[in-house]
Amino acid sequence: MGDFIVDIIAATLRIATPLIFATLGELFCERAGILNLGIEGTMFFGAFSGFTAASLSGSLWVGVLTALVGGMLSGWLMSLLSVRLGVNQHVSGLGITLLMTALALFGFRVIFGESRVLPSITPFSQLSIFPNSPVLGEIFSQYTLTYIAIALIPIVWWVVFRTNFGLNLRSVGDNPEATDAAGINVYRLRTIALVIGGALMGVGGAFLSVAQLGSFTFGIVAGRGWVCIALIIFANWHPVKVLWGALLFGSVQALQSRLQLTGIKLPYELFMALPYVVTILALTLAGRNASYPAALLKPYKRE
Amino acid sequence: MLAVEMKNIYKSFGPVKANQDVNFELEQGEIHALLGENGAGKTTLMRILYGLYKADSGEIFIDGEKVAIHSPKEAIAAGVGMVTQHFTLVPPLTVAENVVLGYTNGIVLSQKEIEKNVAAASEKYGVQVNPSALVKDLSVGERQRVEILKALYRNARILIMDEPTAVLVPQEVDVLFEALNRLVKSGLSVIFISHKLVEVMAVCDRITVLRDGKVANTVKKTETSQVELAKMMVGRETFGVRLQDACATSDPIYELSGITLDGKHEKKILEDVSFCVGTGEILGIAGVSGNGQGELTEVLTGLVPPSKGSIKLEGKDITHLSPGQISEAGVGRTPQDRHQGTIGELTVAENLALEHIKDYTNKGLLDRKKIREDAATIIKEFQIKASPGDQLRKLSGGNMQKVVLARALSRKPKVLIASQPTRGLDVGATEYVRKRLLDERAHGTAVILLSEDLDEVLALSDRIAVIYEGRIMGVVPSAEATPEKIGLLMAGAVE
Repeated sequence: MGDFIVDIIAATLRIATPLIFATLGELFCERAGILNLGIEGTMFFGAFSGFTAASLSGSLWVGVLTALVGGMLSGWLMSLLSVRLGVNQHVSGLGITLLMTALALFGFRVIFGESRVLPSITPFSQLSIFPNSPVLGEIFSQYTLTYIAIALIPIVWWVVFRTNFGLNLRSVGDNPEATDAAGINVYRLRTIALVIGGALMGVGGAFLSVAQLGSFTFGIVAGRGWVCIALIIFANWHPVKVLWGALLFGSVQALQSRLQLTGIKLPYELFMALPYVVTILALTLAGRNASYPAALLKPYKRE
Repeated sequence: MLAVEMKNIYKSFGPVKANQDVNFELEQGEIHALLGENGAGKTTLMRILYGLYKADSGEIFIDGEKVAIHSPKEAIAAGVGMVTQHFTLVPPLTVAENVVLGYTNGIVLSQKEIEKNVAAASEKYGVQVNPSALVKDLSVGERQRVEILKALYRNARILIMDEPTAVLVPQEVDVLFEALNRLVKSGLSVIFISHKLVEVMAVCDRITVLRDGKVANTVKKTETSQVELAKMMVGRETFGVRLQDACATSDPIYELSGITLDGKHEKKILEDVSFCVGTGEILGIAGVSGNGQGELTEVLTGLVPPSKGSIKLEGKDITHLSPGQISEAGVGRTPQDRHQGTIGELTVAENLALEHIKDYTNKGLLDRKKIREDAATIIKEFQIKASPGDQLRKLSGGNMQKVVLARALSRKPKVLIASQPTRGLDVGATEYVRKRLLDERAHGTAVILLSEDLDEVLALSDRIAVIYEGRIMGVVPSAEATPEKIGLLMAGAVE
């Protein structure tokens, strides 16, 4: 039983990693007043570009960096549509998701061709911080990216609440008119937020391909981006609560995949649905008190 | 030396001349009022000074030096601050964060330090705020102080206040005036935009009156009076045509007593509004826009329930009926915005039937033939230039207004609530609508005419009630209505 729990905790952290990256990315976007539904496609493109660059260069970190840049590009495209041109954010976000998904699929075909064997790389290996402790050793035997994700939580908190950039970010998402009147360039600020957000989403996607799987498949992201959209509301746009949300989802996910193996006579689809059911429940409970950034979804146009 | 000098300022918005050859001088350390009716050009002039608009021509001098201001940022750099009616604050942030927003250096934001700085500024200028409070928890008066402090924190030497008392309760007005007097003593110069005579006389040193985009006069407070200012502001000697005969009957058919509507903040939107209208009488409600006319219309038509008070139609209480029931009971209305009472995508005939759809329904289905026939009759009677099947949004403003009016009048209402019935209409359509209202009066309908067009109210009404800050300042029979009297009441003067 002890082993079972330790195993679940370790898996939870692993599953939570891409969610933490991408949700923090979404946090930057939404704090600036932009709902970035491009998240799913950006993660997918991150997974693709990360894998491809790692495969071609032979360096996994080059892969991560490429995914980061790819994500920035996706965020910048989103800013072009939703910030500069003031296009409806639902439409532009879904458009970005479709575009980035298609680009990734197309790129993958062009670069790797139609091979019968799935191209693969040797992924990151796990790093054990406490090699001598049986319990902590297993829990903290994780990918470097997982440690980075957890370290990002306080860093993002600090950026949002303790820097001038963060102050401007929080203002622009709530009252862009006031922010503009204070002499801050609303368009530039929102663009920067989207680019940072995209970078984090890209890395979140790359974690799946260069760390967890070592390959790139069409179903690699599997709706994790949409889960992040729910998580950010659950977290009430607060970095620390992003961690709790991601861990909650991760733990249920870890639990359900192990419950499937216990031989309980239930259709396995029920288990697979569990994390999403929990997400909906948690969102219903937490979402009632959600205080949305007031300018979310509203394109800003100067009078 | 003058703090601000604006010379020969011209500004047009399309055909509208908002400022024409305006000269304005602000002396160091004075509170100078810009007085005028809505649309007189006060706010336009100040938006030019603050860099929100660019003047078509003219010069601006600050502290004797010629300046070109293209944005609020440049205005702030030149020492000009502006507090508008719509606060530019970010509610979820703290007071200190709001004050320093856009005015910080470096990367790190130290909450302790900005709170210390803002507390020091609050102390220095005598503007009381709590730096660590969240703006969303503050009252309107407190938010306004944050705005003032924000300007002062940016070293404003010239402060523009755009109708600062419009959102305040009386006690907060006193606090504001005290603060302004204190600030002026320490060297600040203030421009105070207002249309309220009492306030202007209470707090200002000099007054510049704007009328129709031009300067009517600049006077010292000590050398003028409320009556004189009202005359300058309204600027009319005579009004156009008047009703000749007196009101036929005086049976009150429609009675309002003690109608009060609470606002979102402490301030009441409507306070103790009482009046009655008799059959065959037009009661005009005059006032500067934004003094509660819109809300009063909504209460009268049942869209918004009043917080207190009652409305009686022929002695029956109709206060809490739904809009449909009120209309059913015999109260016709034309909404203050014609687009609000119609659906542009539907046809003229459908819009005419819309309010009484029950009468056109047979076993759950619409009787389209009857809708069409009735519409044709109404269109003929009211000379609407359209056919029943035309989409409403393709009609001109005048014809659209006729549809709205026809819909109300075709039901033969006992009481008609006409809110801004001629706003935005051309001369011909305006004449038509006014004539219809007089016809209704002749047929014994009680008409309540809410209008910002003073000439219209004076020309059509048997009695005129003046609304100011949600209160009825007085009801004057049309024979006694002089420009001074109505102007004074509209500006909230107390005799």
